[in-house]
Amino acid sequence: MTTIRVNGQEHDVSGVAPETPLLWVLRDTLGLTGTKYGCGISMCGACTVHIDGESAQSCITALSDVGDSEVTTIEGLSEDGSHPVQKAWKEHDVPQCGYCQVGQMMMASAMLKSNNDPSDEDIESEMWNICRCGTYPRIRAAIKTAAKEMQN
Amino acid sequence: MNEITQLSDWTEANWTWSQAVTRRDFLATSAAAGSLVLMASASEGIQKAEVVEKLGEFQPDFFVGIAPDGTVTVLVHRSEMGTGIRTALPRVVADELEADWARVKIEQAPGDKRLGDQNTDGSNSIRFFFDRMRIAGATARTMLERAAAKKWDVDASECYAENHRVKHQGSNRSLGFGQLVEEAAKLEIPAKEELTFKPRDEWKYIGKSVPLTDLDEILTGKAVYGIDARMENQLYAVVARPSVVGGVVKSFDATKTKQKPGVVDVVEIPKFEGAPVFQPLGGIAVLADSTWNAIQGRDALEIEWDLGENTSYNSEAYAEQLKKTVNKPGTVVREEGDVSGPLEHATKLIKADYYSPHLAHASMEPTCAVADVKTDASGKVTSCHVVSATQNPQAVQQAVGPAMGIDPAEVLADVTLLGSAFGRKSKPDYCVEAAILSRKMKRPVHVTWTREDDVQHDYYHTTTAMHFEASLDKDGKPDAWLQRAAYPSIGSTFNADTKEPVGFEMEMGFKDLPFQLKNLRVESGEAIAHTRIGWLRSVCHIPQNFGVSCFADELAHAAGRDPLEYLLELLGEDRHLDLKKAGLGNRGASADDYPFDIGRLKNVTRRAAEMAGWAKKQNLPKGRGVGIACARSFLGYTGHVVEVEVSKDGTVTIPNVWVSLDSGTIVSPNRVRAQLEGAANMGATQALYGEITFTDGVADQSNYDGYQMTTLADAPRNIHMDVVESDAAPSGVGETGVPSLAPALCNAIYAATGTRIRELPISKHDLSWS
Ligand code: FES
Ligand code: FES
Repeated sequence: MTTIRVNGQEHDVSGVAPETPLLWVLRDTLGLTGTKYGCGISMCGACTVHIDGESAQSCITALSDVGDSEVTTIEGLSEDGSHPVQKAWKEHDVPQCGYCQVGQMMMASAMLKSNNDPSDEDIESEMWNICRCGTYPRIRAAIKTAAKEMQN
Repeated sequence: MNEITQLSDWTEANWTWSQAVTRRDFLATSAAAGSLVLMASASEGIQKAEVVEKLGEFQPDFFVGIAPDGTVTVLVHRSEMGTGIRTALPRVVADELEADWARVKIEQAPGDKRLGDQNTDGSNSIRFFFDRMRIAGATARTMLERAAAKKWDVDASECYAENHRVKHQGSNRSLGFGQLVEEAAKLEIPAKEELTFKPRDEWKYIGKSVPLTDLDEILTGKAVYGIDARMENQLYAVVARPSVVGGVVKSFDATKTKQKPGVVDVVEIPKFEGAPVFQPLGGIAVLADSTWNAIQGRDALEIEWDLGENTSYNSEAYAEQLKKTVNKPGTVVREEGDVSGPLEHATKLIKADYYSPHLAHASMEPTCAVADVKTDASGKVTSCHVVSATQNPQAVQQAVGPAMGIDPAEVLADVTLLGSAFGRKSKPDYCVEAAILSRKMKRPVHVTWTREDDVQHDYYHTTTAMHFEASLDKDGKPDAWLQRAAYPSIGSTFNADTKEPVGFEMEMGFKDLPFQLKNLRVESGEAIAHTRIGWLRSVCHIPQNFGVSCFADELAHAAGRDPLEYLLELLGEDRHLDLKKAGLGNRGASADDYPFDIGRLKNVTRRAAEMAGWAKKQNLPKGRGVGIACARSFLGYTGHVVEVEVSKDGTVTIPNVWVSLDSGTIVSPNRVRAQLEGAANMGATQALYGEITFTDGVADQSNYDGYQMTTLADAPRNIHMDVVESDAAPSGVGETGVPSLAPALCNAIYAATGTRIRELPISKHDLSWS
């Protein structure tokens, strides 16, 4: 039996071909549609999840590469939207259409875990996600707000 | 003529009261018209569409209903793609109703003609429906007040609504909205003339910011977009479409595809007939148990195509042709005075050619739809339900209906959230694909466009060549101005015979030239389309305001003048442009409500310049510079100042953008600011990198690797905004922030480097210096 661990739960994915990108396993097999598709080639960041706490693009991560690692998606980032990043995103009214924001928050939360005082340059190099709506100024501001909370 | 009418139906619906009847009017007329009968006799889909009429036990209007527990439900009939419209329209209803925002629930309407225009496009939602939402709110409030008066046996004029209750002036009696539902539902619906409206200084919600309706769902990943819509037992489909518009399948072999895991079937979709409109491009669909398996199956298809005539489309050659066209006399679309004399005898004649390429929408969520079509034993369609990320559910009905052989009104077209759209999702070809496949498979089918599908099979923003000539008098001011534009028209998507830009396109930043000139001629030239042309956020303003505002900057420099002062002089006296004389349609809006007000245009230009500290930024060191431009678009006004830094190696960064906007009455200030931020980013992205080219009819770009987007690192860094306080009628916002950004940016690059950008994108130019 092939299984993966997502948000602390074990899922049987025996029927899924091993080369299938994690993105489609999450969305189509497990019904976790919070993780978004944007490009399929690791260019946009919309599909970003955490694998063992590190950000990863699920569109280029084959199911077989996940092994017994722990996958965290937006559905598991917090139970009730209370992760500091989610709270900061709310405080700054970041989303427009919202489609890219899950990937943005997963990217930001992974970055802040290892660097809770990012400089503008850190933010610019780590946050390469595309937002077609152009919410970048608010993302920058929200990351700084979230960082403050995570420092405490 | 026909194509214009049809086109205006889709893109520029001339909304009038008669098109958006109130429920009262509808109830009064529908029995005679028989539409209720039609509604009642229909299939499962139609009955569900009646959600429009079931918002609460008391529903005096299509847009608002109240339940006995006091819950107010507001119906939103426009699509949410990031503008905040699912918050803004209900706020207007709630304000006029005196409802407590915390007790307002929001429902998304399916496509339904009775609701009026649903094409969430053209920055029209607030302009078209601000008054209509107030009527909905005032109707419900008036009836609740009358119901209370009846209960208390007092005059209705003594009763007034306040914060979800109706109160009596003469006593301290009051009743909650819910307690009045039963009584109110028995009353006659008042006519529009009987309604009173809250004065502006009593507005509680209009003009105040509030978080987005869907914010929590978005932040927790629960928001449902078209790509997330699911129906029980659905198949996942992707389609192999011809790489060239008009191509057809000659033959195909699906043997290998059918051996792939999860693949259920392979189905051919026929190509559109005549003009593309919103019918599918055709091709071969692969249906599977997951999106990925469908994609794998598609990769294994062997298809022989007949790609047709548009294989002749090569961007380089086409651009050359377009540039030749605009250097020859064309069709005169506006003429004032006579340019020929001054141009011929000019002492100082300035000429320039401008060019901008095709663009793709590349909305973050590609186009997606799920459809469930049911048929009887004979194959006749008995119900049709489409759930999609659409900007226009009525267009879904109108496109899917004929394809299914049913009345468009019988298509239940539900709307999800849209992962941005920019005009792409008002063209429902993908919904028709889903319906065709579901009908064939006899089960629900979800069609996903991959990013490659999206970039390679778009309804592209057009490609434009422009030519400008001006003769300068001894003071350096133009005494004659000639400009020509040629580009494949959006009209060609609806009528294959279209050979020249159509009226509303020329009126987007070209024919509506706001400058005060003695002698002016505006011309258009021929251009045949070889791909599907669509509208993309701010449409023809993108190239035309770029050309006009950069050429104005060229003249300022040729005259040795400050570009800001020169621009203000070109705009001339504070006045209303004579729309009739200029032959301008003004987007169907009246000149009384929406004059072309040069004073307002100058005002935003000045305010942007003031904010930027324009005067102090005139002598920056080489590599740094500011540029200015202004525009009237979608009936609103913008002035932009952009500051650039061009490094020695030619890399462009945008540390600052200053924008002043005057769009009249504002409903959601924070969302308006968000739109300005977004527009600055989009304008910059397109100007810096945006380019779709064709080789032998095939788009050369296919994903974000070849079609570059800004990210946080290279997007405009600080966006300083000024929203003019105004009680003028509300105009557009979403697109209004785009047109003057790109020319201000290019003018800044000139100031910084001395290089004049006459062709977009900027990334094609070597801007290095030493
Ligand atoms: S979908 Fe994975 S990076 Fe774009
Ligand atoms: S919020 Fe729409 S793409 Fe980022």
